[in-house]
Amino acid sequence: MKHHLLSSADLARDDAVLVLDTAAELLSLADRPIKKLPTLRGRTIVNLFFEDSTRTRISFEAAAKRLSADVINFSAKGSSVSKGESLKDTALTLEAMGADAVVIRHGSSGAPHRLANSGWVRSSVVNAGDGTHEHPTQALLDAFTMRKHLGDLDAKRVTIVGDVLHSRVARSNALLLSTLGAEVTLVAPPTLLPVGVETWPVQTSYDLDTSLDKCDAVMMLRVQAERMDAAFFPSAREYSRRYGLDDRRFKRLPEHAIVMHPGPMNRGMEISADVADSARSVIVEQVSNGVAVRMAVLYLLLSGADLSRTDPTASDSTKPEVVS
Amino acid sequence: MSSASRSHDHTAASREVIDASDIARALTRIAHEILERNKGSANVVILGIPTRGVPLAARIAAAMANVEGVEIPAGSLDITMYRDDLRLHPARALEPTDIPAGGIDDAVVILVDDVLFSGRTIRAALDAVNDLGRPAAVQLAVLVDRGHRQLPIRADFVGKNLPTSLSETVRVTLSEYDDNDGVVISNTNVSRGSS
Repeated sequence: MKHHLLSSADLARDDAVLVLDTAAELLSLADRPIKKLPTLRGRTIVNLFFEDSTRTRISFEAAAKRLSADVINFSAKGSSVSKGESLKDTALTLEAMGADAVVIRHGSSGAPHRLANSGWVRSSVVNAGDGTHEHPTQALLDAFTMRKHLGDLDAKRVTIVGDVLHSRVARSNALLLSTLGAEVTLVAPPTLLPVGVETWPVQTSYDLDTSLDKCDAVMMLRVQAERMDAAFFPSAREYSRRYGLDDRRFKRLPEHAIVMHPGPMNRGMEISADVADSARSVIVEQVSNGVAVRMAVLYLLLSGADLSRTDPTASDSTKPEVVS
Repeated sequence: MSSASRSHDHTAASREVIDASDIARALTRIAHEILERNKGSANVVILGIPTRGVPLAARIAAAMANVEGVEIPAGSLDITMYRDDLRLHPARALEPTDIPAGGIDDAVVILVDDVLFSGRTIRAALDAVNDLGRPAAVQLAVLVDRGHRQLPIRADFVGKNLPTSLSETVRVTLSEYDDNDGVVISNTNVSRGSS
């Protein structure tokens, strides 16, 4: 593992598999009477959230606490950020407090990269979602959930449907799943596919029905009303008819296929309530898997010798990458 | 854990000190000693410490089952997250933890490892057991005790006491993972691990 987790592209196949295997062992912790490990005792993890979030922040907080780390939650509302403090000054404050890891969510794409590479902080930086760029831990938990249900992801077919243009989840998933050998198809109206999508390691389609017959997992993306600043589709009703996962389309899926959604859902819009509550929907399981996956990420980033602060050439040859 | 070094270059001074039949006899004796000490196999749970403690635990449980005629619950206990040297090495991959269905509350837990050295692994294992439940007692069985303890820990059941110097490496091979059963001592200049 590198010192930071900023993008799914940072993860080589071996790194990604290590995270998923570690998460698989940590998942059993949830069934034990004492849901705590002493591994990160005395370490401080800051959750730096400039954007609203429920499940991601709670998930990171639970993960850090189960590893016995001290957690400081920082949300932009009610902090000095609302008085105009810059990211740099906030970062310097965190550095002075001795944070070992910063989990950052920010509305601007690239903010975690800036934090990690500016020299403001020495701590590990974990991207918990930046603008419309990436959300690597979500991709890891999605891959983990798929692996649990489908086995090895090599040559598995995954269809990601919806607002790819604004979706950091789609980008991170496309990168990670193709690293793991899966075949990813993005399905969206032409207006909601980003410029340059042809350079991604994926296939694209404008038609949902044709890609449903053979897929192993279908992931519905949220229609992000807060980012819909232009007329991307004529009406919500039309979008739902053409790209929503309703009962009719659900019946076309193969028997073993699973239905995923990163949440929060717009029931009746991109996914019907019956499909969301069906036995093949793993949406609730995605949340509990998220804690195990984030524990694995924090463990692998923080528990080892901190090679970045010493001599990088002395690092273990199996984990050569230190500075991102 | 057996050794800090897996290098096969230092063959100059390596010698096999225990062979496959020695290991089989030692494990059978340990199985009988466990039954004798605990007056049977009631409430006994055997937990091996990965990697090579796990097959040893399974073999001991099988030998006990042979004598008693009942199945002995056996599993594995990964202690990685409880190690005291996590900050000194790159992050380690986790090994499986597999606790038998009955749990360990009020059981007699027999921890099994291949080599007892500094005692730090067993210290970590005791912490791990503590988080899993409250056993009636915890006992320790090891195939080899090589001395050089750094903590006040001793084994209840020992396959063989093996006096060693700190410059030597003790390596246990088991057919589950390696070519054959055996214990090899080699003289290396590798600095001391914390097994």
